[in-house]
Amino acid sequence: MSTDASTAGESAAEEADLAALRARVDDLEAQLAEVDADADAGDGQRSMTIIATKGSMDMAYPPLILASTAAAFGWDVVVFHTFWGLDVLHEEKSENLQLSAVGNPSMPMPNALAALPGMDRLATRMMQKKIDENGTASIQELIDVSLESGVDLQACQMTMELMDYDDADMIDGVTTQVGAATALEHMADADVQLLV
Amino acid sequence: MATEYDVTTTLDVKGQSCPMPVVKTRQGVDDLSPGEVLEVLATDSGSVSDIAGWANSTDDVELLDQNEGADVYTHYVRKVE
Repeated sequence: MSTDASTAGESAAEEADLAALRARVDDLEAQLAEVDADADAGDGQRSMTIIATKGSMDMAYPPLILASTAAAFGWDVVVFHTFWGLDVLHEEKSENLQLSAVGNPSMPMPNALAALPGMDRLATRMMQKKIDENGTASIQELIDVSLESGVDLQACQMTMELMDYDDADMIDGVTTQVGAATALEHMADADVQLLV
Repeated sequence: MATEYDVTTTLDVKGQSCPMPVVKTRQGVDDLSPGEVLEVLATDSGSVSDIAGWANSTDDVELLDQNEGADVYTHYVRKVE
């Protein structure tokens, strides 16, 4: 009798454990379904935010190459241009980006020579020649192809005012009237964030 | 090996370098209907890895084949879905 009672007690306890376990499994399954639904809602679309701060010819390339390629992958891409990066989106300056001969250890000349007047122009002309010979896309082509493929090229409003640029100075299709908060909002959801 | 696939359009990006082969291929695929095949002719040696990588992580395309000729790399990409 006493053995029966204790067996009955044990099996009741086991059943309670089992019920708790089942409830826990149901709980976890519901949570998993939610996570799956969230992932589906995002449509698996990746996104990238690049903060572009440089306006020299060599530094203008990487953000635009990555942006246009990411757009080809179907990513949602924002490039937020600030400080010298603004020149890349400036209609006139963008066609005249210069390479700096000074402080560049890859230049085949000593800094003392590179600092002479006209050296930046010479270095830029040499690089431009190599770019043409190599079939490397121009900055203008990369901007065009980026805009065509839906990349959002943004120009920081604060630096535009600092540099005395207005909307009409910028390339058509560029987003203006945006600031750090706009950039951060996109960065917070981005899979890739880069500062160039 | 010329055309195992029914090539719908040929895209010539010979002489162009990164990122143009991938970017132009994307635009070329955009102009296709599902099932159609784009043939891409490139001289950029990086295009083999780049187009394969792009096709691998892009939903609406399937890389059918890549051939390395003497000077030209030929890629076949089908639009799916």
